[in-house]
Amino acid sequence: MELVFKRPECLKDVPFHFCPGCHHGIVHRLVAEAIDHFKIREKTIGVASVGCSVFMYDYFNIDVLEAPHGRASAVASGVKRAKKDAIVFTIQGDGDLGAIGIAEGIHTANRGENITLIFANNGIYGMTGGQMAPTTLLGQKTTTSPYGRDFTYDGYPIRMAEMMATLEGSAFVARVAVNNPSHLMKAKKAVRKAFQMQIEGMGFSFVEVLMSCPTNWGLPSLEANRRVEEEMIPYFPLGILKERKMADYL
Amino acid sequence: MSTNPFYYDVIVAGFGGQGVLAIGNLLAYAAMKEGRHVTYLPTYGVEMRGGTANCTVVISSKEIGSPIVHRPHAVISMNLPSLLKYGVRVQPNGLLMVNSSLIDLKEVSRNDVDLLAIPVNDMAIENGNPRMANMIALGAFVEKTKLVEATSVFDSLEKVFDERHHSLIPSNIKAIQIGMEYVKALQK
Amino acid sequence: MDQDSEKILVRGNEAVAMGAIDAGCRLFFGYPITPQNEIPEYLSKHLPPLGGEFIQAESEIASINLLLGASATGARAMTSSSSPGISLMQEGISYMAGSELPVVIVNISRSGPGLGGISASQGDYFQATRGGGHGDYRTLVLAPSTVQEMYDLTYLAFDLADKYRNPTIVLGDALIGQMKEPLLRRKPEKMTLPQKDWALTGAKGRKPNRIKSLYLQEGELTEHNWKLYQKYERMKKEEIRFEMVHTDDAEFILVAFGSMARVSKTALELARNEKMKVGLFRPITLFPYPEKPLYDLSKQAKKFLTVELNTGQMVEDVRLSVHREAEVFFYGKPPGALPPPEEILEEIKKYYG
Repeated sequence: MELVFKRPECLKDVPFHFCPGCHHGIVHRLVAEAIDHFKIREKTIGVASVGCSVFMYDYFNIDVLEAPHGRASAVASGVKRAKKDAIVFTIQGDGDLGAIGIAEGIHTANRGENITLIFANNGIYGMTGGQMAPTTLLGQKTTTSPYGRDFTYDGYPIRMAEMMATLEGSAFVARVAVNNPSHLMKAKKAVRKAFQMQIEGMGFSFVEVLMSCPTNWGLPSLEANRRVEEEMIPYFPLGILKERKMADYL
Repeated sequence: MSTNPFYYDVIVAGFGGQGVLAIGNLLAYAAMKEGRHVTYLPTYGVEMRGGTANCTVVISSKEIGSPIVHRPHAVISMNLPSLLKYGVRVQPNGLLMVNSSLIDLKEVSRNDVDLLAIPVNDMAIENGNPRMANMIALGAFVEKTKLVEATSVFDSLEKVFDERHHSLIPSNIKAIQIGMEYVKALQK
Repeated sequence: MDQDSEKILVRGNEAVAMGAIDAGCRLFFGYPITPQNEIPEYLSKHLPPLGGEFIQAESEIASINLLLGASATGARAMTSSSSPGISLMQEGISYMAGSELPVVIVNISRSGPGLGGISASQGDYFQATRGGGHGDYRTLVLAPSTVQEMYDLTYLAFDLADKYRNPTIVLGDALIGQMKEPLLRRKPEKMTLPQKDWALTGAKGRKPNRIKSLYLQEGELTEHNWKLYQKYERMKKEEIRFEMVHTDDAEFILVAFGSMARVSKTALELARNEKMKVGLFRPITLFPYPEKPLYDLSKQAKKFLTVELNTGQMVEDVRLSVHREAEVFFYGKPPGALPPPEEILEEIKKYYG
């Protein structure tokens, strides 16, 4: 019998702790599949950020380093500078990258650090219990925006991918979603492309993934998927924002 | 090098751009070449931006404790503010060297020190290079104190100066010699 | 002539950079701040030709985290800064203590609190010796007092960091950083150091390594903290370093570190000239603190004068060390000018009789 579906080699045989319907597990799997695809498991080093992604080291069958909150891209840059033949990636949440660690993220991109950053954007703080994130949409209620996010108090949701794309140092910038099979296939391609860019030494690669957080959004999984489609994607449009060609790099 | 216990300290002061740090640096380097213990403590940062510059050099036959000196054996003051600030601190019977091109000798309040007045800026201009006033002062100080051999100072120039300034070494040597000759003539 | 046997006249900050290069450090991450800029300036020039990496990061926060990442691969790496910048790095230092990462952090300290000023100060003694960041941890702290020691102790810091898998701080100050003295660029004897089998190099032919400081399972964190404690206790047994001057017959002991020890040494000579039996005790390791040798001195000398460039920090360790065997006096100066030796002599006279 032909095997059509198996666990990626670089994921451990343990169940995810993520809440039902959460997209984190899918993102982990996409990264794992890319690593398997390029057969780079033995030279890949992952950097865990603070947030729901911190337990990366429990799932990935690779070397993993845990970073302080917000500093994952700086930590990943340090790893890469010290070990240039390694493939280095991090998964940062919206609080980690968009708030506390925005300076480190921007400057990592601007230096063109040859690493891959997966930005897990679910518009809310999952780990700490549903507080407002820098990407929380206007009007969205969270435990610290109980009346809904109001730009006169809280400012606007940040579009990280657009910001990253403006920097000369970034080589590949994409925004994807995983809320339906068609988006998922594109997301898979984008994550693979990001790793390919790093393998080819093209510079900083960035994939923003729009994710659901059914628990903290207070929605059943399918409705959460629908919310990604109806509320998030209109504000955070999907697509490849930037792709450096070898020619213009050289 | 003599084996007798030896200790000497000097504060060199002036305004930024007069090359007072180069004087201290060269003295310290030359003494180190002669096997002495030395410390060279410059001003830095914000203090420099105030326009004043000074450094303290200690030369000793044994390990040096404090690089900070309250009552130095000598002060080289290249401008009036530095004379007013440091002139009062020279030890009695110590050496007070003043740049008489920029300092009116009436400003010197000490009569318990060995006063050496030398118009280094005028001499530098006379010799065709106004930027060498500090080297003339250094030559005069070395001749006066015999702290280090002139040749040690000459040999230190290539160590202390950045490579791009090495072409200027001959004119620096000449200026140091002019300072030395001036003091020799005074002592005749 | 053999270059290594020739003395050169360099600033303390340059000596730090040279010590790092000679210890095999090839990665530096930092952000400019006075009075330590000669360190990054020197390394930005000399590391790239050696195949090393120099990054001027966007902040001290980024610097310390770049360092965290680099050291996790097992490479020798360092950062340097001055007091306000070191404050920004405390988060990272706590993480590295918790993750047991061997790094060298140089603090050419200046005066505070706040933006303070750029003059020499020893106001960071508590921060350096008590951990500095959150959590129950310690860093090894070395306090050079000469330009030669800036080189030697920076070199040693890399070995100690590797020996204990622990952040190591070189605590200098503006005076030692800016002054020039002769330096002999000689490599000390090589320590035998443990293999870095914990390093992240890619899980090739072995189980994955992971480096972290988060421990949520029941009992895990307690165990982890006890393990760190055992390490600090081992440091206390094996790494105490200090210098004693004229203590053999001393009845009165000056205690000072770093630049203040320099000034105290001259004050000691002045006191000896006046026939006072004064000695100097200079801790070189501030953590671990040389408690035992200080205690031993308190059996012969009944008066101790601690001299610091702050309003009283190390004096607490001196009191803890001598218990109640001797009287401990304190002479301190807040930031500004360093006291000349004559001023310390006056203090000695105040208590000597």
